[in-house]
Amino acid sequence: MNETKQYWKGIEQLANTPEFQEREAKEFNEYLPIRGGAESDEPSRRDFLKMMGFGVAAVSLAACEAPIRKAIPYVNKPVDVDPGVPNYYASTYTSGSDVASVVVKTREGRPIKIETNSLSPLGAGTTPQMEASVLSLYDEQRLKGPMAAGAEISWDEIDDKITSGLAASKKVALVSHTVSSPSTQATIDGLIARYPNVSHVSYDSVSMHGMLEAYKMATGKRAIPAHDFSKAKTIVSIGADFLGSWPNEGLNQKQFADSRRLSEDKKEMSRLYAFESLLTLTGANADYRTPIRASQEGLYVAYLYNLIAAKMGAPSISVASVKDKVNLEKAAKDLLASKGASIIVAGSNDPDVQDLVIAINDMLGSYGATIDLSTSVNTRQGDDKAMSVMVDDLKSGAVDGVVFYNCNPVYDHPIGEELGKAIGKSKLSVSTSDRMDETTALVNYVTPDHHYLESWNDFEQSTGSYSLSQPTIKNIFNTRQAQDSFLAWAANETNYFDTLQSAWSAMYAGATGFSSFQHFWDKTLQDGVFQASVAESAAVVISVDVNKSASSIAKDFTADNAGYELIIYKKAGVGDGSQANNPWLQEMPDPITKSCWDNYLTISPLDADGKFDYDPEKMNAQMTTLTVDGKSIEVAVLPQPGQAQGTLGLALGYGRTKAGKVADGVGVNAYPLLRNVKGRYDFARFSGVSITESSTGVYPIAQTQTTHTFNGRENVIQETTLGAYKKDSFAGNDKIEISSLSGKKHPYAVTLWKGHEYPNHHWGMSVDMNACNGCGACTVACQSENNVAVVGKQEVLNRREMHWIRIDRYFSHNAEDLTEGQKEASGLRTPEFAAATNPDVTFQPMMCQHCNNAGCETVCPVAATTHSTEGLNMMAYNRCVGTRYCANNCAYKVRRFNWFKYHDNEGFSDNLSQNNDLGKMVLNPDVTVRSRGVMEKCSFCVQRIQTGKLTAKREGRRPVDGEIKTACMSACSAGALVFGDMKDTESAISMQLDIKNEPKMVTAQEPRAYHVLEELRVMPNVWYMRKVRNIDEQKSEA
Amino acid sequence: MPKPYHLVAICMAIFFSTPVLLGQESDSSVVETDSAVMVNDTDDVFDPNVVSAGKELFDNQCAVCHQMTKRVVGPALAGISDRLEEEWLITWIRNSQQLIGSGDEYANQIFNDYSKLTMQAFDLSDSEIKSILTYIKSETANGSAVEDVVAVSSTTSVSVPQEDGFFTAVVVMIIFSGFLILVLLILIRSVITKHKKEKHFNEHGGSVIDLNAKEVSFLKSNAFLGLVVFIFTAIALKTLIDGAFSIGVQQGYQPTQPINYSHKVHAGDFEIDCNYCHTGVKKSRSANIPSPNICMNCHTDIKNVGGQDGISPEISKIYAAVDYNPDTREYGTNTKPIEWVRVHNLPDLAYFNHSQHVDVAEMECQTCHGPIQEMDVVYQYSNLTMGWCINCHRETDVNTKGNGYYDNLVELHNEKSKEPMKVEDIGGLECAKCHY
Repeated sequence: MNETKQYWKGIEQLANTPEFQEREAKEFNEYLPIRGGAESDEPSRRDFLKMMGFGVAAVSLAACEAPIRKAIPYVNKPVDVDPGVPNYYASTYTSGSDVASVVVKTREGRPIKIETNSLSPLGAGTTPQMEASVLSLYDEQRLKGPMAAGAEISWDEIDDKITSGLAASKKVALVSHTVSSPSTQATIDGLIARYPNVSHVSYDSVSMHGMLEAYKMATGKRAIPAHDFSKAKTIVSIGADFLGSWPNEGLNQKQFADSRRLSEDKKEMSRLYAFESLLTLTGANADYRTPIRASQEGLYVAYLYNLIAAKMGAPSISVASVKDKVNLEKAAKDLLASKGASIIVAGSNDPDVQDLVIAINDMLGSYGATIDLSTSVNTRQGDDKAMSVMVDDLKSGAVDGVVFYNCNPVYDHPIGEELGKAIGKSKLSVSTSDRMDETTALVNYVTPDHHYLESWNDFEQSTGSYSLSQPTIKNIFNTRQAQDSFLAWAANETNYFDTLQSAWSAMYAGATGFSSFQHFWDKTLQDGVFQASVAESAAVVISVDVNKSASSIAKDFTADNAGYELIIYKKAGVGDGSQANNPWLQEMPDPITKSCWDNYLTISPLDADGKFDYDPEKMNAQMTTLTVDGKSIEVAVLPQPGQAQGTLGLALGYGRTKAGKVADGVGVNAYPLLRNVKGRYDFARFSGVSITESSTGVYPIAQTQTTHTFNGRENVIQETTLGAYKKDSFAGNDKIEISSLSGKKHPYAVTLWKGHEYPNHHWGMSVDMNACNGCGACTVACQSENNVAVVGKQEVLNRREMHWIRIDRYFSHNAEDLTEGQKEASGLRTPEFAAATNPDVTFQPMMCQHCNNAGCETVCPVAATTHSTEGLNMMAYNRCVGTRYCANNCAYKVRRFNWFKYHDNEGFSDNLSQNNDLGKMVLNPDVTVRSRGVMEKCSFCVQRIQTGKLTAKREGRRPVDGEIKTACMSACSAGALVFGDMKDTESAISMQLDIKNEPKMVTAQEPRAYHVLEELRVMPNVWYMRKVRNIDEQKSEA
Repeated sequence: MPKPYHLVAICMAIFFSTPVLLGQESDSSVVETDSAVMVNDTDDVFDPNVVSAGKELFDNQCAVCHQMTKRVVGPALAGISDRLEEEWLITWIRNSQQLIGSGDEYANQIFNDYSKLTMQAFDLSDSEIKSILTYIKSETANGSAVEDVVAVSSTTSVSVPQEDGFFTAVVVMIIFSGFLILVLLILIRSVITKHKKEKHFNEHGGSVIDLNAKEVSFLKSNAFLGLVVFIFTAIALKTLIDGAFSIGVQQGYQPTQPINYSHKVHAGDFEIDCNYCHTGVKKSRSANIPSPNICMNCHTDIKNVGGQDGISPEISKIYAAVDYNPDTREYGTNTKPIEWVRVHNLPDLAYFNHSQHVDVAEMECQTCHGPIQEMDVVYQYSNLTMGWCINCHRETDVNTKGNGYYDNLVELHNEKSKEPMKVEDIGGLECAKCHY
């Protein structure tokens, strides 16, 4: 690779401070679990030893008496449930406005794992929230039954009170997130028919109002059309994080990865330009990224419009020019060159900006090619203005009743506070929320809804794509499906299931190939999805008044804003905060900042320099007072490379006060800071934002970015450019050689090892770094599958997180490539700050490499970690005595030590899945919950391998490729992870890596495949596929 | 002087008797079911050939649903010839439904009385039916109709003291160490006595070399004492280690179960396939403790054991669990699961899969569970230690016949070895096969 290119995970690594070097040299941050002390309540080391001694004595005493264990069979065993055998049901995930078809794995009637439904045309892996939703089912903080005025009440009584309340109210607002379920909508309509004083208002916690309004004006239909990124050759994003925070982000990730998948037969890939203020997932995956201020977004769109219009012969619009237009002009050129295969998207919630985007897409012929106007994404239909009107009416008393259907606007709406105050004025207030959240705590009546895994439902996720929900467990608490509540209040005797089924009999009329409705219903329920034929819509005429948009853009945006700007964004983990009480999401490191358990104010390192310096060794950040239009909050500041200067970023989803013990008090709430523009809400604030110029305190932020490093070893990331790859498929290969007696040789040609023979299977994995976009779903999927403990913020600060798969996020820069703008930035203390202005980003999933010559196996004194005849590096927990030699000797830093007993331990009560009886229902019974003092690591999901093999044996055949998938692989939307048997010449991994089996050695002949740290000759069974950037060559070869 | 040998002998006696004292009462009180034979004098004389032919037919065809004196599925048959015409009976037995369909009043009455249970049609000749009836007559005459069958001892609760491996080991060890100390004391005593004697001789100025003195000096020699101490320490250590290894091993564990269910009766005497109740054994990791609805497949009709009347207290526990009323033959809703005590407790850290062993390897249940068909109360037959698992994996040939999964493995194995392929040869001893 280019020798001038430098890779770094955090500024501390780039600066390479002595403190960093000292810590990096250690495997563990601290050698003993020293916590507390004489004055502290927490146990000290002495206590630990005392307890340990007592523990040993207690255990030996306890061992004398065999405890009586019961075996309690079903009274009447359900035909389809066999203890020990998992069942899979197709269903539909829903949270907030989001919807996705899923397959639910259940054991003995308990849902324990969520996976994607591959039959769904919109199905593509999972998101962290989808994976984590199964833990939310077993959240003790859920409401146990209906409540009135804070006291328990029966369903009949509460129904009476609510129906009389509905009848007595002047005007009732039914508030919800976007409802994309046709049958739910019908139920709501039924309620409105019974009580005409009820009106329905929907909003989205992460609003796309601007885009919806723009399409309404341009096409007459208020809907977001389906974008197909896989068909695009050039993608331009101006502030749109379509890979991270758009609806169906998994599908977008898949399509984007598909457009960039390379092989010897296909040496073409899409090119992504990103112009954005914060570093988002989309920007991190861009080929050309330009940090811009949000106050210029509109101008960039307008300038791009003019560039395209000039070539297309359309009249130009008059707006101020932009400063840094090199990449924009290049983007325009590419867009024009790939007409009909380009997409431009913008993130602004301003309809005028979106208008221009529609106009550009129209000029480029995207409609009908990459954007499908006849198919709309139904999961974002919220109307900001209607919601604002509703709040005003509630305040004035015009609305005197309000029903909150599974939404929490007091928390997740910008004017939630005002709404919260007004709720008390209404005669009737009802919430169907699953917990006593910020909104529910203020209402008279609570009628808790089932969790989605306990519900019947249907969804039309996008036009014609239907998905069914079925209960996979009986309701755990005395809850009732909200739709059943609506039916009861509408005095409708039928239950929701019957309503649903009768609605689907209409669908049956349009379906073909079924013998009866029952046949149709059974098949659809089994598949979980149904694709209805979409009627050909008449050609849509797009009409955009570009001059009107231009004039308002000229008014609203400015090229020379001097003050700080604030951007509110959605994180990949916690998302909009509706599942904030889920510790799996809280502990998932953010793909960009690699921080967990908090939100923080991200800032450009240039702005932070000298004022808000982050201490990466103690992970201490400086506090500041952020003031937005008079509202002040104390928040920690985290310098983030790549962020536009003068821009501040703050994530949604935190600062919950009534979500439950995990989420309460974590971070600050950013919703009230959204900008109210005449009733619609904007995520960017150009004015009225200020921070105190000096630190107001110190606050620790748990950041994992440099917890595990390769101690300065190179050859971890390999990358090249598309041009170089086209010329030579091996481009970017580091071509490592080591000295031997007979001259320089490839490391694998020299050996002291005997090698292994794999007669049966040889499991391996390939990781395509061109496809991985860093989203983090694999981390949560692994946590769910393998009972990985949540350790909490303090332990992450102690650098003891337990995730088996981490995604290393590398920044890189080419010292000679720094642009004029970067060099110009005045007052730079060190060159690394220049590098941090706009670094390249590479994501590398890192898990146990299952080395054939594993370092860990050699040093274990008790042979607790050994090699299997199938290529796995095995870990026997009960053999491990905790010397931690293996972790010290692991070159990849993928072994995790159990410093504490994380289960049944009050000190780790955030570890919900292992600390209470309800939470424990989510544990995978096929995987041991590890105890204190043992090492653990990725097992390649050996329990799945064993199950797959057993199924094959019972059927007297070899396992079929694709039958055995690791949890991370099936979670990956982008298809970046491929697991399989390398002995099977037909398997996907063998084909992708072009595997050659030699005696005692396996080699990948695929030119892009390489091993991380080849020179160590540990010969992993995990191959990485070199990243290829679609950038012009002169940049990298400068 | 007390003879040291006597003391040793006494100690030995005590020591060797301890296993008998501590050992588990292996012979649990076996349930004896004496069927009483009552012979009544009778006036009727039946042709023994006809009777035996009738008995055979009855046993094969009728006994499933009928008994002489008791209503089972169908009515009790003793004295049936007195109650009904032979001709009617023949028609009924041949095809009861036809008779019912013809509108016969009594036939319909019987049909309705017995919850419209259909008696199947029998393709029997007149003489065959008559021989059955003759057999019934002879049985009636023999007095079966009289309800004076000697009561059969009902199965009594058999509770065998639960053996506790560790406890036994500790006690054995204490006694054994006591014994060793005693022996040591005796030896020391004898040495001292001899030494005294020797001294005594010397006091008398005897310079004569006592032959005994040689012996004593040998006993006093460091080498001898060292050897003795070594042997004793080694034995004590071995006992201790063995004891420690038996911690948590529950071989022979035989807890009292909530229902006195006998595998001997079901699996042994009646030869019911294990699979019938343990439904998971071929498809799951766990064999499954059968749910009571499986019991009810048979016990709807079998209400007591050994041909007794009424409902056995044990079977009534099943009825209680499923809330079944045997009189009305109806199920209620007040069900309650049966809380069996788990006999085989494999630690959570070990993964075991029944289907791998029973379905793929086609092993017999008895290989691990022992003579289950002879157990009235189930006990843990094998010790279920890792050494036991490993040993079997070393010795057992892989059942590869007709299983496509193994084809290539067998081929590769045969190239290298003439021995049959053992589980060990295909990675059966690897940690991650059972621990993950």
